[in-house]
Amino acid sequence: MTRYFSKDHEWIEIDGDTGTVGITDYAQSQLGDITFVELPAPGQSVEQGDSVAVVDSVKAASDVYTPVSGIVTDVNGALEGEPELVNTDADADGWLFRLTLSDADQLAGLLDRAAYDAYVAGL
Amino acid sequence: MRYLPLTPSERAEMLSVIGADSVDALFSDVPAEARLSGPVAGLPPHASELAVERHMSALAGQNLSAGSVPFFLGAGAYRHHIPASVDHLIQRGEFLTAYTPYQPEIAQGTLQVLFEFQTQVARLFGTDIANASMYDGSTACWEAVAMAGRVTKRKRAVLSGGLHPHYVSTIRTMARFTGDAIDWRLPRQLGAPDDADVIAAIDGETGCVVVQYPDILGRIPDLAAIAEAAHAKGALLVAVVTEPVALGLLEAPGNLGADIVVGEGQSLGVGLNFGGPYLGLFGASEKFVRQMPGRLCGETVDAEGRRGFVLTLSTREQHIRREKATSNICTNSGLCALAFSIHMTLLGGEGLGKLARINHARAQQTATRLAKIPGVSILNDAFFNEFTVILPSDAREVVRTLADRKVLGGVSLGRLYPDATELNHGLVITATETTTDDDIEALAMALSDVLEGVPA
Amino acid sequence: MSAFNAAGWRPEMGDAGSASGAPTASGDRGLTLEEALIFELGGEGKCGVDFDEAPADPSPALARFLRKAPVPLPGLTEPETVRHYTRLSRQNYAIDLGPFPLGSCTMKHNPRLNEKVARLPGFADIHPLQPQQTVRGALEAMNQLAEWLITLTGMHSVAMSPKAGAHGELCGLLCIRAALEAKGDARQVVLVPESAHGTNPATAAFAGYRVENIPATADGRVDLEALKARLGPDVAGVMITNPNTCGLFERDMKAIGDAVHAAGAYVYCDGANFNAIVGKVRPGDLGVDAMHINLHKTFSTPHGGGGPGSGPVVLSEALSPYAPLPFTVRDADGVCHLVEEEGAEADGHAGAFGRMAAFHGQMGMFTRALTYILSHGADGLRQVAEDAVLNANYILRSLEDVLDAPFAASGPCMHEALFSDTGLAEGFSTLDVAKGLIDEGFHPMTVYFPLVVHGAMLVEPTETESKAGLDRFIRSLRSLAERAKAGDQSLKSAPHFAPRRRLDETQAARKPVLTWRPPQAGA
Repeated sequence: MTRYFSKDHEWIEIDGDTGTVGITDYAQSQLGDITFVELPAPGQSVEQGDSVAVVDSVKAASDVYTPVSGIVTDVNGALEGEPELVNTDADADGWLFRLTLSDADQLAGLLDRAAYDAYVAGL
Repeated sequence: MRYLPLTPSERAEMLSVIGADSVDALFSDVPAEARLSGPVAGLPPHASELAVERHMSALAGQNLSAGSVPFFLGAGAYRHHIPASVDHLIQRGEFLTAYTPYQPEIAQGTLQVLFEFQTQVARLFGTDIANASMYDGSTACWEAVAMAGRVTKRKRAVLSGGLHPHYVSTIRTMARFTGDAIDWRLPRQLGAPDDADVIAAIDGETGCVVVQYPDILGRIPDLAAIAEAAHAKGALLVAVVTEPVALGLLEAPGNLGADIVVGEGQSLGVGLNFGGPYLGLFGASEKFVRQMPGRLCGETVDAEGRRGFVLTLSTREQHIRREKATSNICTNSGLCALAFSIHMTLLGGEGLGKLARINHARAQQTATRLAKIPGVSILNDAFFNEFTVILPSDAREVVRTLADRKVLGGVSLGRLYPDATELNHGLVITATETTTDDDIEALAMALSDVLEGVPA
Repeated sequence: MSAFNAAGWRPEMGDAGSASGAPTASGDRGLTLEEALIFELGGEGKCGVDFDEAPADPSPALARFLRKAPVPLPGLTEPETVRHYTRLSRQNYAIDLGPFPLGSCTMKHNPRLNEKVARLPGFADIHPLQPQQTVRGALEAMNQLAEWLITLTGMHSVAMSPKAGAHGELCGLLCIRAALEAKGDARQVVLVPESAHGTNPATAAFAGYRVENIPATADGRVDLEALKARLGPDVAGVMITNPNTCGLFERDMKAIGDAVHAAGAYVYCDGANFNAIVGKVRPGDLGVDAMHINLHKTFSTPHGGGGPGSGPVVLSEALSPYAPLPFTVRDADGVCHLVEEEGAEADGHAGAFGRMAAFHGQMGMFTRALTYILSHGADGLRQVAEDAVLNANYILRSLEDVLDAPFAASGPCMHEALFSDTGLAEGFSTLDVAKGLIDEGFHPMTVYFPLVVHGAMLVEPTETESKAGLDRFIRSLRSLAERAKAGDQSLKSAPHFAPRRRLDETQAARKPVLTWRPPQAGA
């Protein structure tokens, strides 16, 4: 399994042609307490760069853009009762949705962990 | 001037602190050609409180107030007796001159009132939750249609013929710009409401069905049957209550299957005010909360663990979501919500029930008396405090003639539906607890005389 | 992800510390009074209303519609009700108590003559659907206010029916849309500055437009060149606030108007800040096509804890034919009539786009605003703007040495002064300064708006603040700025002296409790 990152602070973990998407720990620390997550619907077809989820904190609502195109297969139902999972474990239990990739070539345009960490350090 | 605390010497002192020669220097960014050299021409100068009071009293004196004559108007705005303490309490400066409670630590008065208000509206409507108010019933009704569209992802609304024509007009105006398809109809002049027409109009593209309860002619739809038909096709039922006192007697729309219930709260605490400010009520199922427009007040705790209240779920609103907000509403109707809440607290559920029974009894008495006039018939199979009479001639003219005789005898269907000539003999008559035996007799006598052509 | 929370707000509860003093048996403390909810005050069988007659049984025709039990709501007698709401009122700050320096809200004194006049039976006790011959005075009053608003702004007509500012914004945009559609030139985009109030883009979206941002220049104003570059056949209009939300006059307003009109589009002006220029400048002279006026801001009608407001919209000659129903017209004999029928062709209004709300508008706010306007007159209103601007500049210059004021060097401000959180100690924010102001006995200024300045603090004193009041406020804000720059930890847990400490807004959003539920048995 390989993990990639976008400059918009999403991560995607690839396993075959399935990707699991979440936001990075840096992103959750910037957002503050997360109060609600609006997730896409399974079956929804998405294009790279589309806003497919929204993460609400008390005073802000931030769009989450999908790093790749594909079809959403499932979403993290635990977030409905516990949106704070995105704060406490953004990298794993706070995952947002999974999708089947339609174009694996898009991964080439994403960052690996070292490149993402360097990018964040420069912000 | 009595509202301006600065003295000339203070102004001079402040200018020197600022380092400006004159106040005009502070307007230096305004292009010279746009800067007026003196007060705007053609307008009078300042006036004393005495002079202004005189001027405004003269204007007020030219109006025939409802309390001074026999009065039988309703059709979306109702005259009830408001207990004296309501108006005193809402004029306390801490309520009257407070702002929207964005700094909750020093706004717990307003916030607790809103929490109580939301609970009162939800219980009255039979819905899980309610918001902190909207402008009025008509805009709340439009917002409900828009919300149903967001929830169902459909763009068609069916409006019953019994929905207030101003509400229909508001929805049709907004829908012109949002692209929603509005299936609306005129009321049919029948004793029973148009439930069957409405049910027949619901299809698989319908997002919501909007039904007024009681309706514009005072008839009472079968909300449970309409709810079932709507849900069968995946549509929501929006019930509209323009007279909340009716809910002291009639079953709550939320308990009959309505998904969203909106209404006009003016009857309790607010008064007629020639049409505004009024009070939009908005209740819905909890599962739709994130699609609701308007402010919401929620319970929480402070840093010392004490219960307190805050505005919440703000990410739905314009100041955060901007173009993706559930509504553009900012200011709502806070002081009117307070007045409603105080009146509702004084009444309680049992008191509201008694008030409703008295309203209904007054209307029954009025209908019975009017039915005795030759040529006059009562349309409704059933009614709460408002019913439609059919006259032998144009009702709008009759109303004007009655007004000349100092009787405010209802709202003609011609006033509400100027283009629907088939309705122009209809007259909506409303009675409340403020209607006296003398009022009823005066209306009956005046109406008889007018219909017989007896001169005033 | 999209930009996080650009303005920098963070929820921080702070460390509560120990409550001062010994506990009391009541939970009250002198005149600091706690108050339960009406649902907790034991209202079974109580009522504060006496009825003259015994309620009769309803007609059998209603049998199948009847509710089975009374509405489950408590009642209270009159003394209990008066006490409940009086005790609650004492937990509120208000204009009547002290300065309320909320930028762009214009929290000026609410004159009590307004309240007296609005309550005259001839205004308060008339029904909107009474025959017009019985309400000539009301229609005349509406018309007089309309004429004042048109003349003060130098515009052609006014739509009186919008219920509040945001509703007025929608009205103005719908007039623009109707005007373009009438020309067969429907367009898709509205341009809005980044500093605009949230209602502007929300309204444009509701009117069916795509919203694009116009950037600002370094001196806080609309970038005229960027705007000109973006104008084109797809742009229906621009929404400008003037003075803008940074408290600065848009010097290029006329040039903006000329460019927008040349491109076939319209200028909507958000009139929230009209208090800075009323009686001194007419928006009609600056190329504005539509502007809403907040009667509850500039014209002193009370804020009431969140409304009601009123947002009449003045219109240019080009847009006047498209105003919504209803409207008043004065006939040749000087008598005012209400025109409310669809398809009305009175006075050039054949293009009316429909009705935006039931009835005729916020009459209760019209009578209050007209009373206020007549009291001030043309000369008084001009003085209002001058004193409002003077007061704001006095605050700006008195504090710019201790608080960062991003635009202070570029010239005077208008009726509001803008500061930022630059220079506060590490870990200290605008929120801490605001909560500290509460302890000082003031309502905080507007915070985190406009979004274009980090940690914005927007201070609008209004003209009804005395010099002594301003000096007290300045002294407190100076003290707080110094404490925040020095890193005074006690600020992080302010307020300490308000009826409540900082409230947990995260919990309120994660687990919303929006109505009262009886506590669970055994809880």
